[in-house]
Amino acid sequence: MANKEVDKLSGIETTGHEWDGIKELNNPLPRWWLWTFYATCIWALGYVIAYPAIPLISSATTGVLGYSSRAEVADELTNAKIAQADMLGKIQSASLDEIRKDPEMLQFAVSGGRSAFLVNCVQCHGSGAAGSPGYPNLNDDDWIWGGKLEDIYVTLKHGIRFQWDDETRDSQMPAFGADEILERDQINDIAEYVRQLAGLEHDAEAATRGVSPYVENCAACHKEDGAGDPEQGAPNLKDAIWHYGSSKQEIAQQIHKPRHGVMPGWVNRLDDETLKKLTVYVHSLGGGE
Amino acid sequence: MVTVYNSVERIDAEAVNSKEKRSSYAARVKIFPKRVAGAFRQLKWWIMLVTLGIYYVTPWLRWDRGPHAPDQAVLVDLANGRFYFFFIEIWPQELFYIAGLLIMAGVGLFLITSTVGRAWCGYTCPQTVWVDLFLVVERWVEGDRNARIKLDKGPWSFDKWRKRLLKHAIWIVIAVATGGAWIFYFADAPTLLKNFLTFQAPFVAYSTVAILTATTYVFAGFMREQVCTYMCPWPRIQGAMLDEDSLVVTYNGWRGETRGGQKLRRSEGEENFGDCIDCNLCVAVCPQGIDIRDGQQLECITCALCIDACDGVMEKIGKPKGLISYATLRNYNSNVAGVESPTTWRSFVRPRTFIYAGVWSLIGLVMLGFLLTRDRLDINVLHDRNPVYVRLSDGGIRNGYTIKVLNMRAEPRTVTLSMAGIEGATMTITGSDAAPSNSIDVDLKPDKLVSMKVYVSAAAASLKGEVSDITFTVNNTTDEESASYTAKFNGPAER
Repeated sequence: MANKEVDKLSGIETTGHEWDGIKELNNPLPRWWLWTFYATCIWALGYVIAYPAIPLISSATTGVLGYSSRAEVADELTNAKIAQADMLGKIQSASLDEIRKDPEMLQFAVSGGRSAFLVNCVQCHGSGAAGSPGYPNLNDDDWIWGGKLEDIYVTLKHGIRFQWDDETRDSQMPAFGADEILERDQINDIAEYVRQLAGLEHDAEAATRGVSPYVENCAACHKEDGAGDPEQGAPNLKDAIWHYGSSKQEIAQQIHKPRHGVMPGWVNRLDDETLKKLTVYVHSLGGGE
Repeated sequence: MVTVYNSVERIDAEAVNSKEKRSSYAARVKIFPKRVAGAFRQLKWWIMLVTLGIYYVTPWLRWDRGPHAPDQAVLVDLANGRFYFFFIEIWPQELFYIAGLLIMAGVGLFLITSTVGRAWCGYTCPQTVWVDLFLVVERWVEGDRNARIKLDKGPWSFDKWRKRLLKHAIWIVIAVATGGAWIFYFADAPTLLKNFLTFQAPFVAYSTVAILTATTYVFAGFMREQVCTYMCPWPRIQGAMLDEDSLVVTYNGWRGETRGGQKLRRSEGEENFGDCIDCNLCVAVCPQGIDIRDGQQLECITCALCIDACDGVMEKIGKPKGLISYATLRNYNSNVAGVESPTTWRSFVRPRTFIYAGVWSLIGLVMLGFLLTRDRLDINVLHDRNPVYVRLSDGGIRNGYTIKVLNMRAEPRTVTLSMAGIEGATMTITGSDAAPSNSIDVDLKPDKLVSMKVYVSAAAASLKGEVSDITFTVNNTTDEESASYTAKFNGPAER
């Protein structure tokens, strides 16, 4: 300590640290700074006592204020629910059409419906509701079971071919090939005829042969012109949208042994406001009738 | 201790940072700045009046913007994301004007500092202005320097209690007014004042006033020069900004030394001394508690009060003024070398100041140009990405867009939304009953953004590739304002 270096110009000791010839003077700290430091120490001590702070083996100290971030989240959720109560009440008492016509309710329903959709529906229909083969695209204007608000609402509530709901939408297309109702050739001809109905490339001769078996076996549900019937969930065969593909092979496969989509009914899992919000959301995707 | 030399008394004052008084932790040395009169003091009174006036009065100025916008001249409307400044209204996406102003403030500070030194610190910094204001109160209640020192050292008599309580009460009133004025910039001032006084204002108003009251009271009443010395980063940046041509408050030692008081002069002969009579008045008036005769130093805010003090003394003893003056280092050095070199405005003329002034003006002009030619109608288009396109039952292709139209005028307008780029394409707006068409009229609320979900359908055959350009335009026929946005229209690879 004897040979402390003193800066000649200022007469102040240096700390001995040097950077390219520049030395640090050992100036005193202001006393208020010291008091501020003590104050932060006391604050930290108080914080440790008041809040969860010290980790134990399987938990941590809880603090005398009993604060927990989980409880805070629960509080915030409760508050959010209270804040929404007003709009939820309006949604509850309004008809689907009223919701759609009121800009405020529409906005609330669409954003709420989207949240519910992202939790419950994306697994099959995709996050953009664009579907995939076998799972309908909800953005387009082709609806197997109808695209009016009421239709969508019923589908959502009771599902499709959902065996645990008595009111579920149900229909069954016979397995014309597997159950030996039609011959292989007839199935081939009907497939060609269906492609003709849809305006796709086809074998004209085979399509002509397919007319009479189509009328006898298919027109009851899919109608003579192939327009389908939303009442029975019979898809439109003459539009550009295909549930299981539009190639001749895919169509023939579907006639031979049809696949049937199943959608759960949500009436026992989601409350009515959520179902209404979902309905309005799906309807708003652009294809609603 | 009082020695009279031509009627000027020697004051018992010592610099707070003199080297004898150092330890690991230094207690603050109390400073009792003496009252001083002079040209710079006069200038500082005026600047104080103007700056405080601007601060307290501005929120109460009114500016008529019609029925659809607030009538407060200067308003930062955080809730609605608007900034009003007289005839200028700024939307959040135009915040670069604020960034530009901040850059201008920065460059302006460089310019000022490189020419006239720490003029910001000495004259206009809020810390300086409020400390000055608090000192006015302190002097009014407790008296000038000597009376205050006496009061401070004296016992806690009734008189001391009375004076201290009165001083702090007035300080707190000023602090509350200071913190109070701040919140009026963020809401309609008359309404907020009424709500504030009837305890109906939002909590944040009260907490902001409380915090700013506390900082004003503590910083201007107690911390004072320590804010400049220890807290403020600006004094540290000064070093890089000042050069040998910057004006700084300078003790002209070449003229003043050897300093000496009356006794010494009598005993050793007047001819052995310079102009400084060592009266210490420059130290006594300094609000920072330093001795300017030690040279340019970190603590000095260049408030120039020592110049006033010394000029007064020089006048009394019949010597030329300017023993302490604004001088550049270059002038000082040549004076030391014996070449007479007065400081003039020529020190301003050098490349550095011109570059700073040029950059400052350039940014200002560019911003002004943008401001005068900016659009008050704007359109933003967000293309749906999930799904990018939808095939419809008739084989057509549909794309979805979220279109936001910004009406940045405080009046309702009707605009026509139209699109171009894809032949035969039609659009529908969700929630609107308008039939699918190529152009649809949209009503805009005053000073509001309207967000629309728009679906555009086109026949697959009309698309030229997987991605086509589609241009949306909003056009107002009455004031001929329009804005466009070119977005993409996606379709399948095979049609």
